[in-house]
Amino acid sequence: MARYVVNRLAQAVMLLVIVSGIGFAILHLAPGGPLSQFAVSGQMTQEDLDRVTRQLGLDRPLPIQYLDWFGRMLKGDWGRSYRDGETVLSVISSHLGATLELMATATIIAVLLGCWIGILGALRRYSLFDTLATVGAMIALSIPTFWFGLVTIYVFSVKLGWLPAGNRQTVGDGSFLDLLHHLIAPAMVLALVETAMWGRFMRSSMLEVINQDYIRTARAKGMPEWRILTVHALRNALLPMITVAGLQFPTLLGGALVAETVFTWPGMGRLFLDSIGYRDYPVVMGILMFSATMVLIGSLLADILYAVVDPRIRVG
Amino acid sequence: MATATLSTVQLAPGQAAWRRFRRHRLALAGAVIILVLVLGSAFGPYLLPFDDTYIDIMKRFAPPLSGAHILGTDELGRDVLARLMMGGRVSLSIGIVAMVIAMAVGIAVGAFAGFYGGVVGAVLMRLVDAVLCFPTIFLLLALAALTEPGLVTTTILIAATAWMAVARVVEAQVRSLREREFAVAALAFGSSNLRIMFRELVPNAIAPIVVAATLNVAKAILLESYVSYLGYGIQPPAASWGNMLNNAQIYLTSAPWLAIAPGVAITLAVTSFNCLGDGLRDALDPRMNIP
Repeated sequence: MARYVVNRLAQAVMLLVIVSGIGFAILHLAPGGPLSQFAVSGQMTQEDLDRVTRQLGLDRPLPIQYLDWFGRMLKGDWGRSYRDGETVLSVISSHLGATLELMATATIIAVLLGCWIGILGALRRYSLFDTLATVGAMIALSIPTFWFGLVTIYVFSVKLGWLPAGNRQTVGDGSFLDLLHHLIAPAMVLALVETAMWGRFMRSSMLEVINQDYIRTARAKGMPEWRILTVHALRNALLPMITVAGLQFPTLLGGALVAETVFTWPGMGRLFLDSIGYRDYPVVMGILMFSATMVLIGSLLADILYAVVDPRIRVG
Repeated sequence: MATATLSTVQLAPGQAAWRRFRRHRLALAGAVIILVLVLGSAFGPYLLPFDDTYIDIMKRFAPPLSGAHILGTDELGRDVLARLMMGGRVSLSIGIVAMVIAMAVGIAVGAFAGFYGGVVGAVLMRLVDAVLCFPTIFLLLALAALTEPGLVTTTILIAATAWMAVARVVEAQVRSLREREFAVAALAFGSSNLRIMFRELVPNAIAPIVVAATLNVAKAILLESYVSYLGYGIQPPAASWGNMLNNAQIYLTSAPWLAIAPGVAITLAVTSFNCLGDGLRDALDPRMNIP
């Protein structure tokens, strides 16, 4: 077990190095490189630019610049926002809460609903419910999240007037109920794709398990059906879902960006788009690296957790 | 009964696959819808009396089915149906061209990694893993923000964020096919490595590649709609299904039809390609989808 964890950690560190290399490459793709903001402002002459380039060490060979940049990233020095001079990490962390709130709510909805649909679909395979769920999941996976958001706003905010059309809270209110009221629509929109994925994976995992010999043995010895399902089938079918949770993470983050934009939710995704609009490259790069690191840690945790609950994995 | 069994046995692999595909009703429906969308986008504009960029301020916000404009007009009085068809040309072409580029890159990376294995393979596949760490939309937007938006850049950027899944599929296939007799025979015959890779191994992995390609088109159309909706893809006055939804949110209360038509078109196209991919998977390789 310890060996598996160490191996997996080493892999993750190596990936982090490659990920940072890609991030660094993108940063230098920016028109004019890291200094583009000053070049665009027009307040600096070419001589000033050359001097700043030397002062910031941008005339050094790229590999050395990369090591320097990576070292500062590790120490938590991610640079400062062009917009207000705040450090990138503090800008990100002030928007992180809203995003995590949205992602967590959507995940809870998706896991409960998706697993329920998947289990029922597997138990009543090819029934009307299963067919509808399969077609529904296919459409849910194909609907652009932002468009589903627009439709939701049109139906529930414009036509019915039940839900607010955006923002995290009413100005001057901010009570728990008010927050919850604002959370429903974006969480629902974000949960749609996730629910479809969880449903599909849960269905095939459940189908795999209920055809196993030990389920037949349990039936043969006269165990009540509900006990077979809960104790034997469900427990084993739920295990691979840990991996699904890890796989879902990038999609969830991307979906959050879109949902936040449509519902003017003050989270990290919206900050990312705003920063792109302002050409605030340090924040853009910061969020890009931050999200990639989150995905990396997410899949690492999922793998380790899966190895803890399923001993067969550790050997492989 | 006996003859029926016999004739099934005698079916060529291609015929058997076609039979399985025909039974997959969702996939068939998908294929038909794709055909309608492609033909409609290709020839539809010639049948309409309106130009997709012609601005008619006097006829702004005409609702659908009122007068000559079947799907109504937008905030500048442009015909929505004409824009939908021209947008379809852009969105569908981006979907297909981005898929072709992504497939080329993915197949090349996967074939090299799977064939050579060892350090080369490990480095290439870790690169695939690393790119997959970036949530697609974040990576796509960051790249789009750094380049001049337009048809060509959007297509290339979408391909740049979509080749990894194919590389994984091809790598796994090539790695296992490499040990098979026909590959060893080709090697003994004196074929070059490149020839074995691309004339022997990759063609034998064509089934999962075709499936991945179909799903890739769906993904590319979806991604185009995201970047264009967010303003970093296809730029107006040219229409794409994504950028037609750009302003739709502002006019949601007064002119909801502006949001409906392009959204339905995107969903139809993406669902159809996804269904087609599923059907092809079942038809080409029954083992891949047992549950």
